[in-house]
Amino acid sequence: MSILLRAEDISISFGGIKAVSGVSLAVERGEILSIIGPNGAGKTTFFNIISGLYLPSQGRVMLKDEDVTGRPPEMLARRGLCRTFQNLQVFFGMSALENVMAGRHRHERTSALSHILGLRCVGRENARSAAEAREKLDFVGLADLAERSAGGLSYGALKRLEIARALASEPELLLLDEPAAGCNGTETAQISEIIRKIAGAGITVVLVEHDMKLVMRISDRILVLEQGRSLCLGPPSVVRGDSRVQAAYLGQHGTREAHVA
Amino acid sequence: MLNRMLRSRYLPAFLMLAAMLALPYVLPSTYYLRVASMVFVFALAAMGLNLLLGLAGQVSLGHAGFMGVGAYAVAIGPTHLGVPAIPSALAGVALSCLLAYLMGRPILKLKGYYLAVATLGCGLLISMVLTNEAQWTGGPDGMGVPRLVLFDAPVRGVQTWYYVCGVALVIGMVLAINLTFSPTGRALRAIRDSEVAARVVGIDVARQKLFVFVLSAAYAAVAGSLLAFVNGHITPDSTSGFLRSIELITMVVLGGTGAVLGPVAGAAILVILPQALTVFHDYEHMILGLVMMACMIALRQGLVPALTARFRERTA
Repeated sequence: MSILLRAEDISISFGGIKAVSGVSLAVERGEILSIIGPNGAGKTTFFNIISGLYLPSQGRVMLKDEDVTGRPPEMLARRGLCRTFQNLQVFFGMSALENVMAGRHRHERTSALSHILGLRCVGRENARSAAEAREKLDFVGLADLAERSAGGLSYGALKRLEIARALASEPELLLLDEPAAGCNGTETAQISEIIRKIAGAGITVVLVEHDMKLVMRISDRILVLEQGRSLCLGPPSVVRGDSRVQAAYLGQHGTREAHVA
Repeated sequence: MLNRMLRSRYLPAFLMLAAMLALPYVLPSTYYLRVASMVFVFALAAMGLNLLLGLAGQVSLGHAGFMGVGAYAVAIGPTHLGVPAIPSALAGVALSCLLAYLMGRPILKLKGYYLAVATLGCGLLISMVLTNEAQWTGGPDGMGVPRLVLFDAPVRGVQTWYYVCGVALVIGMVLAINLTFSPTGRALRAIRDSEVAARVVGIDVARQKLFVFVLSAAYAAVAGSLLAFVNGHITPDSTSGFLRSIELITMVVLGGTGAVLGPVAGAAILVILPQALTVFHDYEHMILGLVMMACMIALRQGLVPALTARFRERTA
């Protein structure tokens, strides 16, 4: 197995508080890796570092054996890393289809001058992007809502729309920040199915998620964070049985949920 | 054919072209043609600003500065440098783009109020240079614009300039529509709606913002050159002043940022209404202000988007 992303000894502090301290992680190609932990454990902060939004005060991020620490997200996107957000970051003024078409940006080759002049090649490129975008919408089960304005979609649909947009950029590594947060049971089941399909298509997935059933069911490995530190890393069966994890995070209810899954 | 036109994204440009061709037969005198030319000129500048404001969600409170560059280029070129008017106009557009590029690089990183104040500074700077370099620009009193000479024949007549401005506006509109429905247009709208999401799908936000800022400066410069030709005399205040910048913003917001015809409607109101209200003498400005306030309260998204939405509701 080759390593797609390697985070080495990552630390960052905000106003004297260490949000993440000394976390290392090697993501293998093709796996589904979940990051769990109590609120404030530094999951999203860690995510923001590996996706280029924050600069770590210590440590490096290697993507495909290249040091990408502190590289802006748009450059990481060109190297095959894309992500979604915990709080929706949808382009609300655009249709669902256009949202996903925007995800095709890095594959669009025509020049800005040709865009202003409305040359034939732009029309062909638009058609290509639209076709690819429809495919992604179909992949997440939103094909029927393609022409609808994103502002009029339900919360669950918007969560899937964000995934479709990220997929449109054709990433090798997809980071999902709480893909099922705020979703009901049916929606969570849909999301879980989509994540499986994504992994089935050969895309490596790293996700932050609170829904223990979802995490235990789909993950190949789980990283547990607590107070910015890495507590435990291993397959679900190991994490489930780890007494430190039970004490720090799962608690009684969580342990039961984890075993049910 | 008609059906295809009605569904085409170029419908606003068709409507504009039809209105431009029809108006001279309806308007009773050349005075009205002059007013219409002014509407076209300001609509063109507002349309450029709308690409920045409506499409990319970035504000500029100094956009009239770029109009000033375009206007003074066609006055200074032939008067002081012996350069014919058309090359001067092109040089004005190029200079305007260069200034937008140089100023935009550092300030487009700013957001919201900060960007507004920084662009305000840019506009004031240009206006100040035009006012102070009196040996070139004639200072606050302004300067005359030599008549455009094409193939040894002077271009004259209100009607000629009416058509020139109208055609320029229709072309500007077609280009704006092209841009909106292109990969760049989607990238700009993405930046407007969520910068961070735009970045993670690989959109170079700084580059796209700079591009649209330069493009909108080019629109303003072309409009400025036309304004100079139509008026025949320009001053720093009438072309590049702070109030002009505010007027441009008002046109865009009043007309509606989300529609290509929005800036045209906004420009029409802000150019025609003061002329129409002169009968009220002292109350002119008060009524103008009230009309603007009423528009914004009743039609929050701006005239054109709000009215088309109502029209659609009724027909649906």
